[in-house]
Amino acid sequence: MGFEDTALLSRILTLMTLSFHILYATVGVGVPLMIMIAQWVGIKKNDDHYILLARRWARGFVITVAVGVVTGTAIGLQLSLLWPNFMQLAGNVIALPLFMEVFAFFFEAIFLGIYLYTWDRFEDQRKHLLLLIPVALGAAASSLFITVVNAFMNSPQGFEVLNGELVNVSPLLAMLSPAMPTKVAHVMATAFMTSAFLLASIAAFRMIRGSNHIYHKKALFLTMKLGLVFSIATALIGDFSGKYLAEYQPEKLAAAEWHFETEEGAGLVMFGILDGEEVKYAIKVPYALSILAHSLPNAEVTGLNEFPKDEIPPLWIHYLFDTMVTIGMWLAFFSFVYVAAAWRGWSFIKAKWFRWLIVAGGPLALIAIEAGWWFTEVGRQPWILRGYMKTSEAATTSGQVDLMIILFAGLYFILGAGTIVVLSRMYKRNPVEKELADREAQKGGEQE
Amino acid sequence: MTLTLEIIGISVLWLFLFLYVIVASIDFGAGFFNAYSAFTNKQHILTNIIQRYLSPVWEVTNVFFVFFFVGIIGFFPQTAYYYGTALLVPASIALVLLSIRGSYYAFATYGAKINHRGYIFMYGLSGLLLPASLSPVLAMSEGGFIKMANDKPYLDYWALFTSPLTWSIVVLSLAAVLYISAVFLTWYADKAGDAKATDLMRKYALIWAGPAIVTATGIIFELRGHNAEHYARLLDLWWVFGISFLLFVGTVYLIWKRRNYGWAFILLIGQFFTAFFAYGFSHYPYLLYPYLTIYDSFTNESMAIALIIAFIAGLGLLLPSLYLLFRLFLFDKDYVKGKSDYHA
Repeated sequence: MGFEDTALLSRILTLMTLSFHILYATVGVGVPLMIMIAQWVGIKKNDDHYILLARRWARGFVITVAVGVVTGTAIGLQLSLLWPNFMQLAGNVIALPLFMEVFAFFFEAIFLGIYLYTWDRFEDQRKHLLLLIPVALGAAASSLFITVVNAFMNSPQGFEVLNGELVNVSPLLAMLSPAMPTKVAHVMATAFMTSAFLLASIAAFRMIRGSNHIYHKKALFLTMKLGLVFSIATALIGDFSGKYLAEYQPEKLAAAEWHFETEEGAGLVMFGILDGEEVKYAIKVPYALSILAHSLPNAEVTGLNEFPKDEIPPLWIHYLFDTMVTIGMWLAFFSFVYVAAAWRGWSFIKAKWFRWLIVAGGPLALIAIEAGWWFTEVGRQPWILRGYMKTSEAATTSGQVDLMIILFAGLYFILGAGTIVVLSRMYKRNPVEKELADREAQKGGEQE
Repeated sequence: MTLTLEIIGISVLWLFLFLYVIVASIDFGAGFFNAYSAFTNKQHILTNIIQRYLSPVWEVTNVFFVFFFVGIIGFFPQTAYYYGTALLVPASIALVLLSIRGSYYAFATYGAKINHRGYIFMYGLSGLLLPASLSPVLAMSEGGFIKMANDKPYLDYWALFTSPLTWSIVVLSLAAVLYISAVFLTWYADKAGDAKATDLMRKYALIWAGPAIVTATGIIFELRGHNAEHYARLLDLWWVFGISFLLFVGTVYLIWKRRNYGWAFILLIGQFFTAFFAYGFSHYPYLLYPYLTIYDSFTNESMAIALIIAFIAGLGLLLPSLYLLFRLFLFDKDYVKGKSDYHA
């Protein structure tokens, strides 16, 4: 089997693992904060519904975390198994955040175990809430350190190459790469946003199914408010990401925007299809690309003509970029409408069609996450370490990658299906109305 | 041998690998005993203990493993090139087996409490297959199995699977897993005041003690034919293995006499600690005979220092947290006895 072939197969397997893992990772980073907020609101308002909300979320969360641990271990090992040449090179410069990630995860796993198995063990709910802080911090720190590694792959720094050897390595400088601030902020904000919309989906779905309990209304209003806050944050950070790309990875921005020639006052291409080098059916917003890239309507934006042909990412990343941005914008707008309407007491948000739109929000957010990661990874091609190592040079020489693709495809299918089956069965067997009634009965029993 | 950065790096990694071997053995073996008793209709005896102890800590167990492989790439990036290329298939199989275990905890103990017999069986079986799939890496590190063709490393499966050394190591790993786990569970069951489970686990501990020590001794002699250099260095450390053997005798004696199960487990840790480190020490300086030593595969100095600082800082966070975890789930009498259930 040729060199190129194993590189392609390795890319397919990595794509599969990452695409699957990112769903769990996003939930894993975002949901602890949601649980924390719900439990905190519950303690502050002395409202049992919010406490129960936190508890029920935590129960589902632990299942996604367990699968996330498994898939995270898979991607961690596959980095070395599929990209040994890359890890050998990059290990010298960027091993520090990978190592720190393990500690962050250690921290998170320990306190998650404690948090889960100590409900009602403390008289004071606030003590129990305290245990969740290291979980949320550990999860956020994990995503920080891993995203630092990804940022490094996009804008490597902190070393010099002398006669093929890495010299003057500075692990800290490598961590503080130009891509790091926007990437980390973007990953975290979208994780919070996606988790909020996913939880809103569940609440809306229960309401469509006829459960009219105030519990779901509280859950929905809380998560939609959080979704709004984090989608606005995401939009702001997205703007900074555009400026970062224009400065440090202009070929990625140009490919995403089908911006072929360097020009001033560049327009932003939305949607459309590409026919050769001709853009068809697109909406072109004048000056918008210059504004996105440099904040000025007449600024010059570098086009694809400035790069060698074999160093340009594939142009279909435009569709991924559009998918991500459109969904993000829609969710920001939509959650704004919901929150404003709820505030004013408009009743259309209680209509069935509107609730179905809320239900769609969670899956849409997940699609945006996938599109975003595909965009950033494919958009870095042909490089694995931009400017230093091409993806094709980094791959394993092992001839068995194809078999491993089949093996892992089966594994992810089972894990994915298992997650859905177990989660839905768990909540179906113990609906919130039943649990609330049980809790009332228990309290009554204690008072007698 | 002076205390260089290389030595600090490999010692830290070896220590964490040792901790993983102990905590993972408990986990793997418990799964096997659970499945075994499910099929001999003694299930309720062990299921409770597994749910009370293993469920809260299995993710932590897994992180020890991740720590080791991330750490070794960090300190010795060249290992990614040799082991990464050669281990694609065995490591992928290990990942699938780990997934079976992780999903068992997720789906069967946290989640909908699916206690399908097939699942219990797979969970138990994965506990045996995992050590069997991970331990051959130790055989590979002795050289002769990872070979070079056109400057590219590859794994010679035929040589690996026909080597008595490989199979001795596999058998040792299985016996050790079952022995370590049985001794620990004897102690845990005794603390939980579960006399039936204690008796059962004590019996398993005594059954597996013999095979564990016989296979361990056997490997030393297998090495004579396979890697004479390593064998000679092992013999230099005969007295450490002697101490290890005495500790082993101590454990078996206490278990036999039905007393001080806690001490029996501590002696067992001592036995494995001494043997594990004597083995590791005699392996020095090779990570992979004859291609890789800890010196030629080492990372640059600034990275090494950064990693060590991160490690010390991380440990500062980790040790108090681990202490809290074990205090709540291992040393809390009410929890161990099953008097209180606070799962979300």
